[in-house]
Amino acid sequence: MSNAEHMIGDGPIRRVLVANRGEIAVRIIRTLKKLGIESVLAVSAADRNTLGARLADRAVCIGPARATDSYLQIGTLIEAARGVGAQAIHPGYGFLSERAAFAAACEANDVIFIGPTSAQIERVGDKLEARRCAEEAGVPIAPGGPVDSLSAALTLAETIGYPVLIKAVGGGGGRGLKRANTPEELSALFDMASSEALAAFGDGRVFVECFVTQGRHVEVQILGDGENIIHLGDRDCSVQRRYQKLIEEAPAPSLDEKMRRDLHAAAVRFSKHIGYRSLGTVEFLVDMARQRFYFLEMNARIQVEHPVTEQITGLDLVAEQIAVAQGKRLRLTQADVRLTGHAIECRINAEDPVHDFRPAPGRITDAHFPVRDGLRVDTHIESGAMISPYYDSMIAKVIATGQTREEARHLLLSSLADVRVDGVLNNIALHRAVLATPEFTAGGFDTGFLGRFLASPDAAAFIQPVQGKR
Amino acid sequence: MSFSHDDVQRLIKLLDSSHFDELHLEAEGIKLTLRRNGVSSAAPATASPAPVPAVSTSPAAAPPAHAAAPAATATPASDPTLIEIRAPMLGTFYGAPKPGADPFIAIGARVSTDSAVGIIEVMKLMNSISAGVEGVLVEVLVRDGDLVEFEQVLMRVRPVLAS
Repeated sequence: MSNAEHMIGDGPIRRVLVANRGEIAVRIIRTLKKLGIESVLAVSAADRNTLGARLADRAVCIGPARATDSYLQIGTLIEAARGVGAQAIHPGYGFLSERAAFAAACEANDVIFIGPTSAQIERVGDKLEARRCAEEAGVPIAPGGPVDSLSAALTLAETIGYPVLIKAVGGGGGRGLKRANTPEELSALFDMASSEALAAFGDGRVFVECFVTQGRHVEVQILGDGENIIHLGDRDCSVQRRYQKLIEEAPAPSLDEKMRRDLHAAAVRFSKHIGYRSLGTVEFLVDMARQRFYFLEMNARIQVEHPVTEQITGLDLVAEQIAVAQGKRLRLTQADVRLTGHAIECRINAEDPVHDFRPAPGRITDAHFPVRDGLRVDTHIESGAMISPYYDSMIAKVIATGQTREEARHLLLSSLADVRVDGVLNNIALHRAVLATPEFTAGGFDTGFLGRFLASPDAAAFIQPVQGKR
Repeated sequence: MSFSHDDVQRLIKLLDSSHFDELHLEAEGIKLTLRRNGVSSAAPATASPAPVPAVSTSPAAAPPAHAAAPAATATPASDPTLIEIRAPMLGTFYGAPKPGADPFIAIGARVSTDSAVGIIEVMKLMNSISAGVEGVLVEVLVRDGDLVEFEQVLMRVRPVLAS
């Protein structure tokens, strides 16, 4: 352990309740161990015998398998933290990580929430409020705005031009989005979008935004202590299917250097404006045709794709997040952040390629991941582990790092050939096919890339039924 | 680095006052494993650091939430004819309606399905726990103020056969 890590362990946080599961729980526990902080993992009845439960110093069962009865129970988690004597809760990603009410409950019960303040979560969670913050901070936002009726939506859409996106104010991460190409489509979709938003997020408000036909998803990792904000470089997450990220990389390839600097500066400006404290990500849509970028949203938590940033910065983002939660000032200045090399991450999921990639839970009879220089695997899976139908279908994140993007891509391709995950259907073949395409090889494509690829004859080969599998 | 008897004593106290059941220490020239009550059948300290399952498949063996509660530990070889009353949720257990009051149910007393046997507090909300079974209370495995986990065994009851 380095001296710097000793110092992170030195603070009010001596024991942490990890309020999550799967690979991110394992990831957090590993850093806690490194820092000499005790870990207690909150597990549902379905997760009692997982790798995370074994790695943690202790596991407590918080409720039945269904997440609404366990991982989403704010009161139970606070009670568990207090009952085991934990000073802090790490929420991971998903579940309660971006629920302002959870952070507020921690604040009210003298438990440190390893993340931003509840007020900050609330501000960035409300997409309209976040847009307003961006505007105030001088960060470009896509043309559009709030609409409270269909007629208002039609008028606004006329001004900004079709196609447009209807977005849920309470949505995020690609949820609550609808695209309308014409006034007729907008009329047909508007009420549906609003009632869906109400059902899904408890908030029926929607807004209309210009749809960027050719856009890249580029995001900037930031770290703040409430006063000082630094960025830790950018990531490209344009390989998406239905707004769900599949492959991420850092840095974003083929990006104009001025635009890259502008993106970094915009992310820092946005975060400074709200006095952000913790680890966060500011997402942007880069309009390739117009060579402009727009603020999309801020994710006020650790992200699934954080390893690619760790690989090119040499930093442990969870450790930095904990250091800030310990009440420490940033230990790094912008000048201390050095970006070297290139990293690409593939999300290996248990899903059925033949049936529109629907989740394919089941028991993994045999799992093997190769060990190579430059290769990192973040997973909670071992032979015999269950991909439970109750939660997401992630099996592992496979991350390759090289001096250059080509080096990382080659390492990832050859490593994926040696990954074995038996017993469940998975998307490894898709990853290998995508990584081998000329478009991915060139880099710098838009978010429509994966959809086009799946529709092409090249994709047919692995969307066919797989023999010898369940 | 050398360890004196006093150092070890201090470590034992440290473990005793913690909420954890085991302590592993590795330093130059020493490997030390301390285990509360010596209940675990884990490998000796010199073995490879294979992790000991932190959560048992049998909730009956769940470790007590609070330290120094030997009376509260589950009897390992319990009578298989007994039926268990398990915690329906995680929270803080209380066996009496208020501090100092008589327990809801005493050992040897009859319980019926809807008898209140305890309270589990979750965020100042008191949830009454009913027996769910009929019989005679034989043992209580938790103590007032214990953190109990979901499905942790709280009590054991000897069923009364219908006549």
